[in-house]
Amino acid sequence: MNATLAQTPDKTAPAVRRSGAGADRAFQLITAVSAWFVLLLLGGVALSMAWGGRLAFQTFGWHFVTGKDWDVVGAKFGAFVPIYGTLATSAIALIIAVPVSIGIALFLTDIAPRWSRGPIAIAIELLAAIPSIIYGMWGLFVFAPFMAAKVEPWLNDHLGNKPIIGPLFTGPPIGIGMLTAGIVLGIMVIPFVSSVAREVFSAVPTPLRESAVALGSTRWEVLKSVTLPYTRSAIIGAVFLGLGRALGETMAVTFVLGNAHDLSASLLMPSNSIAAAIANEFTEADTELYRSSLIALGFLLFVVTFIVLTIAKLMLMRLNRQLGRTH
Amino acid sequence: MAIPARRRIADIVAFTFATAATVFGLVWLTWILWTTLAQGAVALTPTLFKEMTPPPGATGGLLNAFYGSAVMIGLGLIIGAPIGVAAGTYLAEHGRYTRLAAIVSFVNDILLSAPSIVIGLFVYELVVRTSGHFSGYAGALALAMILLPIVVRTTEESLRLVPDQMREAGFALGLPRWRVTRKILYKAALSAILTGILLGVARIAGETAPLLFTALNNQFWSSSLGGPLANVPVVIFQYAMSPYDEWHELAWAGAFVLTVFVLVLNITVRLLARRGKS
Repeated sequence: MNATLAQTPDKTAPAVRRSGAGADRAFQLITAVSAWFVLLLLGGVALSMAWGGRLAFQTFGWHFVTGKDWDVVGAKFGAFVPIYGTLATSAIALIIAVPVSIGIALFLTDIAPRWSRGPIAIAIELLAAIPSIIYGMWGLFVFAPFMAAKVEPWLNDHLGNKPIIGPLFTGPPIGIGMLTAGIVLGIMVIPFVSSVAREVFSAVPTPLRESAVALGSTRWEVLKSVTLPYTRSAIIGAVFLGLGRALGETMAVTFVLGNAHDLSASLLMPSNSIAAAIANEFTEADTELYRSSLIALGFLLFVVTFIVLTIAKLMLMRLNRQLGRTH
Repeated sequence: MAIPARRRIADIVAFTFATAATVFGLVWLTWILWTTLAQGAVALTPTLFKEMTPPPGATGGLLNAFYGSAVMIGLGLIIGAPIGVAAGTYLAEHGRYTRLAAIVSFVNDILLSAPSIVIGLFVYELVVRTSGHFSGYAGALALAMILLPIVVRTTEESLRLVPDQMREAGFALGLPRWRVTRKILYKAALSAILTGILLGVARIAGETAPLLFTALNNQFWSSSLGGPLANVPVVIFQYAMSPYDEWHELAWAGAFVLTVFVLVLNITVRLLARRGKS
């Protein structure tokens, strides 16, 4: 509908206006106030985090971000370890989730028999419906022991002695650590990235793909030279969306990351993440400075995910504009 | 004309990888569901729904946690859903083409993926700190804030799917705008809006992080929303992290009930939505 039609009754129906004007304005007001509420929520979250964390920022300044000590007894809080842990686990998650998600999207748009596409897509999306605490329990009781018994000894033997990447894969095979957390995060992110990828793959105009096929391209070449370049901005948006999810994921990571405040090069060692540190320690924080430091962590997390998700949204909007959609 | 071997192999490799990726995704789903259902089914007993959460070493159930979760989800729904529907209506109808609607729509998408633990901290600062104690009300408020963006988004999308002819027909009859929205558009989009709300309920049912510092937990029976309130996700968290076998078993039983609830809700809603479309 175009703008003129949408506004027609307000301008050209004076009789109706007189009888229903009050109710109309009231209804309009209720919906507008509710819309403002969404903005207030975002603003409120940002302000309250900044306000609650001000003590930590004032006390430590930049050292809050760069400091490596998280010393509860000595009241010295530096968040480098949880920040590093958050970034490292999210990076592992994306390394796993992005190729797999693009593969799933390709399978669902090009390979799978038509009747099976709907059910498979729903099954993959169910991965996003499983509560994160279930991922956490499964990770702690099933997946971490599996990693400790099967995967990590193998990594120690085969990758631990390689020159550059060696230190990443050396360490006691205890199952709890950044690698396990990263893999679990990767599984959790797959449904978000793959559903966006699938949607944009199927939005590529058929004539475009057909002309590539007519020129003699194989299906892989169609993907590489037509589909992916055409949907590039949306795929980048999907990756950022997945990153935003991975950075902020709390419960699953809390279970399998080990809540250790020591910096370690090895991915097999326990670590910490921003969200896990807050979840583990907030109710135990007994001093004002301790609590403020945890809220300051929350502020950092919020700002970073806000930026990442904004980039995601802008990238996704670009493809929509290309396709001539308005929203 | 034959395609050169190199190109054909690349094609086969790419498609094998795509198939393997899908299998990879489905394997995790099966593994996680199988573990939860198998472990939970063993721990499932009638006492689960009859007794309270036990101290270490004793047996018991999760009755207080089920009750607390149900009450907080219900209250979260009562707070979050109407505001969400109204805001979604503004975005799709009454504020269409306004700058406010564009900004809110954008911000709402960000809230949709924002870390839920931050919402927990926000409600802690807003309610728990000012009132001086943890409470079921704070938990319900946190859940409402998680639900809100989901409902806004689905309401906006459902209303946009209603054909413009229906709006024009209403206007042509001389109906004021709010009556067109209420009597025609809501009716046409009802099942889609309800689908969104139910998916939102499935989502907040499993949310743990926002409850950790708002509702906290309560080992005993409490029907008062004014104090700490037991709830399924936080009980699962605490019991699973504990060293006691009895608690682990209860955590699995809780996980079973939670997973079945969420999955059944998701699948039914999707099937109903699909049938509605065809």
